[in-house]
Order: sequence, then C-alpha cells, then structure tokens
Amino acid sequence: MLERAQVLICGGTGCLSSGAQKLKVEFEEQLATLGISDEVGVVLTGCFGLCEKGPIVIVYPDETFYAKVKIEDIKTICEEHLYKGRIVKDLVFEETISADTIKGFNDIKFYAKQRRVALRNCGVINPFDIHEYIARDGYQALGECVTEKTPQDVIDVVKDSGLRGRGGGGFPTGLKWQFAAGNDVDQKFVLCNADEGDPGAFMDRAILEGDPHSVIEAMAICGYAIGANMGYFYVRAEYPIAVERLQIAIEQAKELGLLGKGIFGTDFDFNLEIRLGAGAFVCGEETALIASIEGERGMPRNKPPFPANKGLWGAPTIINNVETLANIPVIFLKGSQWFKKIGTEKSSGTKVFALGGKIKNTGLVEVPMGTTLREVIFEVGGGIPNGRKFKAVQTGGPSGGCLTDEFLDTPIDFDNLVELGSMMGSGGMIVMDEDNCMVDVARFFLDFTVEESCGKCTPCREGTKRMHEILDRITEGKGSMEDLDRLEELAHMIKDSSLCGLGQTAPNPVLSTLQHFRDEYVAHVTEQKCPSGVCSALTRYTILDNCIGCTKCARNCPVDCIEGKVKEMHTIDQSACIKCGACVKACPVDAIEVK
Amino acid sequence: MKSLADLKKLKEAASKKVSMRDQKAGYRVAVGMATCGIAAGARPVLNKFVEVIGEKNLTDVVVTQVGCVGQCDMEPMLDVIDIDGVKTTYINVKEEDVLTIVENHIINGKVCEELIKK
Repeated sequence: MLERAQVLICGGTGCLSSGAQKLKVEFEEQLATLGISDEVGVVLTGCFGLCEKGPIVIVYPDETFYAKVKIEDIKTICEEHLYKGRIVKDLVFEETISADTIKGFNDIKFYAKQRRVALRNCGVINPFDIHEYIARDGYQALGECVTEKTPQDVIDVVKDSGLRGRGGGGFPTGLKWQFAAGNDVDQKFVLCNADEGDPGAFMDRAILEGDPHSVIEAMAICGYAIGANMGYFYVRAEYPIAVERLQIAIEQAKELGLLGKGIFGTDFDFNLEIRLGAGAFVCGEETALIASIEGERGMPRNKPPFPANKGLWGAPTIINNVETLANIPVIFLKGSQWFKKIGTEKSSGTKVFALGGKIKNTGLVEVPMGTTLREVIFEVGGGIPNGRKFKAVQTGGPSGGCLTDEFLDTPIDFDNLVELGSMMGSGGMIVMDEDNCMVDVARFFLDFTVEESCGKCTPCREGTKRMHEILDRITEGKGSMEDLDRLEELAHMIKDSSLCGLGQTAPNPVLSTLQHFRDEYVAHVTEQKCPSGVCSALTRYTILDNCIGCTKCARNCPVDCIEGKVKEMHTIDQSACIKCGACVKACPVDAIEVK
Repeated sequence: MKSLADLKKLKEAASKKVSMRDQKAGYRVAVGMATCGIAAGARPVLNKFVEVIGEKNLTDVVVTQVGCVGQCDMEPMLDVIDIDGVKTTYINVKEEDVLTIVENHIINGKVCEELIKK
C-alpha cells in the first residue's frame, strides 16, 4: 500500500538534542494504535534550518509546519490531523496561520529569500536511506561523468561554474582540480575537510547529517577528474552523529557498487575512509589536516608547495570543504550555466550561513550570493529580539571582523566583505545588540585562538597571547591608551608574519572592533567603564530606592550577598557580588541598576 | 550498479516514496475525513486515490485529507481542485468511482457529471 501522508521529523543535532528520536518513536506508536501505520510514513530527516523552532515536524503532502513539538502533542496530531484531516492550529508555527487557510512551510518569510542548493536534500530525504538520495537524482551526476565525460571535461564544467571554496578561502575549485590533474603520478588523494572549527558554525554538520551522499558522490567525481582512487573524510570528533551517518552512507554506497572497483562498469575505482579529528581548530587548516592524517602533530607547513601538487604523503591532493563538495553533483545535473545564474558575477551560487547571537530566527539559512546583510539579518533572520537595536554582525568567526549598520546594505560575496575588513569565512554569522561589549567580543575570539594556536611559529604563539593579555587588562579597567596602540601594532605584525591562516586572521576581530568601536575601548581605558554593562570588573550592580523589600533578589542570589529586611531597602555587598544578574531577573520592580 | 540504466531502475522504484515531498503544480484532491467522513467510508476512497495515482504515475497530483465541510449526509465527499483553483465537489463517492474520477477528470479534464454535487 502506498503511503498517503508522511511525517518528517528533523533529526539534525539541534532537534535530536531536544528529543527528536523519542518523538519519532511516539509517532510510530500512536499511528499503530490508530491502525494507520501503513498509510502514514514517519521519516527522520536532516536540518530544516529554522532551528529556533525545533523540534520541527513537517507533514506532507499538506506541508504543515509543526513547531516546538513536545511528546505530549503527538497523540493530538495523530488523532486530529493524520486520522481526521484537521490540522492542529495550536501547534503549527504561528506565521502559517491566516484567516482562511494554513500556509505550507515553504511559504513562510524565513524561506522567502532562501535558495536551498547545497541544502537541497536536507529535511527532505532520510539520510539513512541511499534509495531516497537516488530517487532525487543521486549518483546520476557521477554516472554521467564516468561514462560520458573525460576527466578534463569534468574539470571544465567545474571551472565554468565559477564555484569557489566555501570553507573560507574562496579559491576557484575548478582551478585547484586542474592543478592536481596536471601532476602525472600514479597516486593522488581527495580529502574532505569536515573539521568545521569556527565557533557557532554548523553548516557542514547539517550537510553531513542530512545529505551525506551528496559529499560522497562529489568526492568520487573529483577522484575521477584528477586521477585519484582514494579519498578520506577528515571529520571532527565532536560530530559523532555526522560520523555515524557518513559511515552508514559509505557502506550503502559500497553495497550498491557506487564506491569500490569498476564504478558504473568503467575501470575507475574509488574508495573512501573516515579519519577523525581530535579537537584541534588548527587541523581545519589544510596542511595541518594533512599532517594529522599522516599521524604527525597537527601543525601547518609552508606553502608552496600547495597540496594540489604535494599533499598527503607527498602526493597531489585535493582538499575541499563539505559545502563546496555538496554543490558539485547539482552543478552537473543542472549545468554550470544554471549555477552561474545564481549569485554574483565573481561569486556564483549560494552560501549557507549559521545565524546566531541576538537574532529571532537562529538556525541555518542558504541564500544566493549577493543577498545583502540587511536582508539576511532582518528578513530571513527576523531581526533582533526583545526590542533591542542592532549593533554589529560578526562574519567569518574568529577569522572575521564585525560590521556596523552603515554596511548592512553590502551584498554578501567573497570580495565585498574582505574590502570592508571582514570576510565571509565559512559562514558563521553572529549578530550583536547594544547589550554586547565589543571589547569583550574581541577578547572572546582571542580566548579561542590563543587556546587553539599550535605553537609552531612565534608571531602566533607569543603574539596572540600578548594581545589577549592586553585585552584582559582593558576589560578589567587596568588598560592604558598606549595599550591600544600596542594592540594595533601587534595585530598587524602577527597578521604579516604568521605561518598559517590561524595566526594570519586571529587579529581580525581586534582590528575591526578597534576600527568601528574605538569609543568603547577608550571608555574602558580612560573611564574604567563598560558602556554595555558586560565586563564584570567594571560593572556595578546597585539596588535603587524604588526597592519594595520583597526579598526576591536575596533569595535568588547564588552567593548570598544581598542583605535587607522584609519591606525595607536591600543592599548588595559589592565585594562578594559575582555579577551574575540573577537579582536583576528576579526583581519585580526593576530596582537594580547595572552600570 | 553496472550502468546508468541500473541507476534509473533504482530511482524509479524509490521515487514514489519521495515524490510526495516535492512541491506540486497539478491537481489537488481533498478528501473530507472528519468523523462523518470516516464513518461513511472515506478512508478506503482516500487510499484508493493514492493507489491509482501512484499506479498511473501522476507525479504532480496531491492527495490530501481535510476536515468536516458540513454536508454530513453527502459523505464521502471530496473536492478536485485544478491549477487555477477551480473546485469540483464530488459527493457520495464510493471506492469504485475513484478510477473513473481519475481517468476522466484528472487525466482528461472532464468532470464526471453523475457524481458531482448538484
């Protein structure tokens, strides 16, 4: 019997950690009780993108969008919607409800400006079933490449598409493949960089969890193009679900003969294995990644020689980012011309962004290159919550810079953001409002890069640490104006002389916050004040005289530093206060001032 | 997997399962399925539609269920809505009528006069 409806449950890490697996089991049980298990299918899929509203459940063919689904809701959804055809209005995403109808999830504002290309199958197919990937033209591109095209034909298509690396570097993918192909040796390698180390970035994770076959197929196509028979996924160990789904996907591809010997009846062999990272951000840098696979310490090497000529074990190696690879099969299916029509002249295609920070719709979005920052933040992202004002957006993670509202109408692409002192990076986009302290933001990113510096070269190893010390001093109110000059000088020196991208870009958050928010630095230094009330050493919590003596603050204080009798004014012991803010949250009359 | 033809076979076998999740541009069949509909036997009618549409490979047609529209004595009732939004209501539909409706109305665009609401 053919199913008449399907319940798709988001099984991305975000929703899984909110209990999606249990939801699936409950759906299956409820449907069995109603006797309609044959009529209604239940599928665990990849990430839909609107992570803020998870756990997400979509019912087809109606395209009903149930948001923040709890286990208690499932009985109602099954009885009312799946059995009786009555959509449960109380549980759908509010935006889909209108006067006379309930919109499908594709019609919500969140998706209006999006174009899902790399994410085309995420949220649509079951990543555990290779047949669903094949149903959506999976492996058709590989088949056509190996049976109808020469390796050079394949490289030409990729070159023609204008695809550029999505991991942050933006190097033309086709050109890189051409370099590797130009080496006349027997052994070459294809590597997938799935180390995704930027804090807040999870684009690659969503693709690996939701559509692993798209990357497997792309690596095989690359192998054919450059003359490699072996490939490795280098996946960070912090992505166990991605690793598990990749392992299953590779096995399924092998079973069907889509990996292994004689693919599609040709003499092209291709095998894939997985190698795990071990918690080092620097191993996202290609030469450090290669060293790691070789069993060496994850430390970068001088370039040239570039991996395309001399990489893994000295052999020509192509390393591509997950999202770059995810675009490859669809470029072949729909053509390079189709791909070029999306995006801008120098940056074709789309980019996936992980939206985080002070934004309503946190999650994963994919937009054509050329979409402006304003459109992504305010239209797709829904703007700043709680009535706060936009202050800055950090793009490119610890390698990027922040941009203020005068730059919001910049079309996003590889080159525009670099010109403004930031970069698109791998796609992390963190939005900040007036409650963020920009000095603290710079220090946060430096915290990260200092920790992750591999230590091989002095400018990065010593320099970032010194920058961090200066920032620490400033946030504690012990900085000086000379410190600001020292910071800037150090930053430029580290950028110019570090061995790899980690050191070369670590100073970017500092430089860009100094450029756009110098007044905040100055306030910290000359007035010992933190204008946003974040830096705890410079912030004082004081109870004002509209206090009603309700004792709520004292009862909520985790260090018991608030004194006062009932119905009398309370006071905070400044020497014991840890600036946690619990009292502010508890006070019913807003009597606590944070300055 | 020895050839693109092998791949095509796998694709065809699997596409019926996944095609429900694509955005559709064709006819929409909305079968009334509230308590009255179910009691009158709408479920076999709904499932028959799904089966026939699957067999005839009409990939652009959506079959969905809706709630009560109020005319309880005419159940099982369903609407066939074309791409311009023009609605035709069929009443007292039996499982045997499904094939007729699909062949005449959905495939050939001819309304089945004997079965509609007058």
